[in-house]
Amino acid sequence: MINAIETSAVSAGEAGHWGKDVRSDLHVSITPSLRGGIDIELESRVKPYYGEAIRRQAEEVLEALGVSHALVVIHDEGALPFVIAARIEAAARRAGLGEGTRVLPGRVALPEPSTRDRMRRSRLYVPGSEPKYFVNAALHGADGIILDLEDSVHPREKDAARLLVRNALRAVDFLQCERMVRINQLPLGLDDLEEIVPECPDLILIPKVESPSQVLAVSRQIEKIQNDHGIGRTVWLMPILESALGIEHAYEIATASPQIVALTIGLEDYTADLGVTKTATGTESLFARQRIVNAAHAAGVQAIDSVFGDVGDLEGLHTWGVNSRAMGFEGMGCVHPSQIAVIHQAFAPTAAEIEKAQRIVAAYNEAQQKGLGVVSLGSKMIDPPVVQRALKLMDRARAMGLTT
Amino acid sequence: MAVLEKNELVLNAAGRMVPESVNGGLQTPFMGAGKYRPQGRKASPPVRTAADYPENGDKRVADLETALRKCGLRDGMVISSHHHLRDGDRVALMALEAAARIGVRNLMWFPSASFPSQADAIKLMESGVIDHIEGSMNGPLGDYCTQGKMRGMGVLRSHGGRWQAIQDGEVHIDIAVIAAPTADPFGNCDGSHGKSACGSLGFALADSTYADHVIAVTDNLVPFPCIPWQIQGNNVDYVVEVESIGDPTKIVSGTTQITRSPDRLRIAEFVAQFLRDAGIMCNGFSFQAGAGGIALAFVGYLKQMMKDAGVKARFVRGGSTKYLVELLEEGLTDYILDGQTFDLDGVRSLANNVCHVATSPFTSYNYHGKGNFASMVDAVVLGATEVDTNFNANVVTHSDGRLLHGIGGWQNCLAAGCTILAVPSFRDRIPVIVDQVTTLCGPGELIDVIVTERGIAINPRRQDLIDAVKGSKLPIRPLPDIKGEVERICGGKPQRPRAGERPVAVVKWVDGTVLDTVWQVP
Repeated sequence: MINAIETSAVSAGEAGHWGKDVRSDLHVSITPSLRGGIDIELESRVKPYYGEAIRRQAEEVLEALGVSHALVVIHDEGALPFVIAARIEAAARRAGLGEGTRVLPGRVALPEPSTRDRMRRSRLYVPGSEPKYFVNAALHGADGIILDLEDSVHPREKDAARLLVRNALRAVDFLQCERMVRINQLPLGLDDLEEIVPECPDLILIPKVESPSQVLAVSRQIEKIQNDHGIGRTVWLMPILESALGIEHAYEIATASPQIVALTIGLEDYTADLGVTKTATGTESLFARQRIVNAAHAAGVQAIDSVFGDVGDLEGLHTWGVNSRAMGFEGMGCVHPSQIAVIHQAFAPTAAEIEKAQRIVAAYNEAQQKGLGVVSLGSKMIDPPVVQRALKLMDRARAMGLTT
Repeated sequence: MAVLEKNELVLNAAGRMVPESVNGGLQTPFMGAGKYRPQGRKASPPVRTAADYPENGDKRVADLETALRKCGLRDGMVISSHHHLRDGDRVALMALEAAARIGVRNLMWFPSASFPSQADAIKLMESGVIDHIEGSMNGPLGDYCTQGKMRGMGVLRSHGGRWQAIQDGEVHIDIAVIAAPTADPFGNCDGSHGKSACGSLGFALADSTYADHVIAVTDNLVPFPCIPWQIQGNNVDYVVEVESIGDPTKIVSGTTQITRSPDRLRIAEFVAQFLRDAGIMCNGFSFQAGAGGIALAFVGYLKQMMKDAGVKARFVRGGSTKYLVELLEEGLTDYILDGQTFDLDGVRSLANNVCHVATSPFTSYNYHGKGNFASMVDAVVLGATEVDTNFNANVVTHSDGRLLHGIGGWQNCLAAGCTILAVPSFRDRIPVIVDQVTTLCGPGELIDVIVTERGIAINPRRQDLIDAVKGSKLPIRPLPDIKGEVERICGGKPQRPRAGERPVAVVKWVDGTVLDTVWQVP
């Protein structure tokens, strides 16, 4: 019996990465022991500067996890403190330690909650298992940052990435960016929410949505976690439709929850589902994209386009973006920061559009002042929806800094 | 061995402790930029008689060993070499190994820069052939020096400072060995032709005129005359023909690469925007940028802005690369004044375009010249390993004190109208903006702008620049503000690595005074 206990107590847990080409990450291995306290072996490329700090942090995290006896081997490649904490916690959990305990890093000031109809022209995907991209992700001016737990994370790394993303939501200042998380497909995605929702992300992207029930499952889970933690702040939802069935159910999905602010499409999976090749012109997905736009507008939410995968082709991206805006989309995804400025340019109203909208708004204001029910510009009468569109366009142009 | 006691250290005007004497020579501590004005006459080479040289102009000898013997190589002499072949150079080691075969000892090797491929010089130091190196050291040679294993002290000089040290007699070169991609039997040399073409040979010019003896080593011997010639055969004693002077793949890059890092691209774009918004980018302006990833990307951004604004530069200074050559060929600058040539496009352009001109540290950087180009350049973009809140910068050591880079033209370039350091705010959790630089290479009074991915800091001494960018959309921030943000991200200030107590090298200022000390890393 004693032997059995000893054996189960020494199963080691590992997390993270190290090596010559790894940056801003670390590898931790934790081998539980029965006595002898915490023994830390540390190699670090920043040892002369932060060696003491890393040891101290490792001791604190392990103490918080209730680990008192273990051999801890750390190979650090200049990881920031929130990454160190997440990796140690992941290694401990994989060693069967610290179950049910969270070790949270210090929190930067929580930004203002995001609004339902804020600009979502660009959202930059950051792989949830690559911490080196986290800290500077927001510098490049995207409207949103997506910390991704789904396709960019290897199945074996899901648990560790979840902790990294949780810690990033607390410790990283994402500046003006909307803080988004793409969870995994359900049911794994519901487990992601357990770690993510307490850290108040602004928006959750739900992948591979094919029916309203999936959205409801997510929104119920969010509500439950928020109640448990006493959080009143809204978490918006953006379902991603990536299959023929999902496209067929677009409107039902878009209206499944009042927290939905946008509907988007994943073209890689969608074209794979149809068994067709994804082309630069997107003819094969024209119907699906139009369906998204129509369903989103019918439901009163934003329609957001897919990503443009060829990072080297900025001209192609611009063309795609201009088309996309003409179809009724309000933004698209980015897989590299260099795409952000191009997308913002593509989705910006043209000078002619702004000028026309300005004239319509001026005519509208004049009519309001004069108490006239009918707005007219020159000899033409302007319908109320046209006025509304002009007001919205001016609103966006101001937000983009194109006019005062 | 030059063992120094603590009482031989003095405090210089930059507040750094520096040795009073280095390798037996009494030093002048740094007095402040532009303050030191030495008197006297320049050093000069010995008088020679043309009657002692072959009338047919054929100065060829069988091999380097023969040439060194004929030059009278003895123990303790100074042998110089040059880094225009960069990491591909074979000539310097070839010469030093020939000296080892001759059996001399205690040489001082005086390269214009050393490279990792020359790590075998360590063996020659271990065996006593070389006593010490005066010249930039990095990689294995840098570690050898900072671990305190070198017998004499290292002396790190800028390109201009090397010329100054030769001219004021601080360093007397006994034998200069010049690697020549093309040469004739008389000793005329050129760098822009031949299988080992490297571009300008400017670094070897001072040595060719001031050394007691000069040996040209080439793998592309042409009949007299070698046209064009940058090194004059009239200064050369012997010509040696060898199979290969270097590894072409390491001499120039096929193509120099722009950084792909989004953070670094952001820094590069900020730098270009700063030049535009500050009004520095205007017709007839000039700038200098190196061949680092950020600098190359900067040129790309600036080029587009120059096109958009219809602006043309009068001259740009290299390190020339494809990107500068494009500016010249697209009519966006009148001239390239080229200090060294980094890629094949640069070599081709230097060889074929009369508006692409080879320069030297004499024209560009020398403190003992009657002026130099560096101070006439409107803006320069440089890197650094550390910057402190007084805008002092370090370019030679890691934050832990190990030698990392040479000074190159870096110190000399600080004389530009607007000196910009383009640096990430931290590297691998190590903040670049610190309380005090580990090694002082550039006094803060000469450094005007720090551009990081988190914002741009302007030296408060440059109110004119602060005013010039008022109203610009650029993220101008106080340096301590950026520093504070980075320290928060990195989890507090780094601990200071334990400082060594024995000086292993000194950093010279451009005027020959001692700016700072590199300490043995414990």
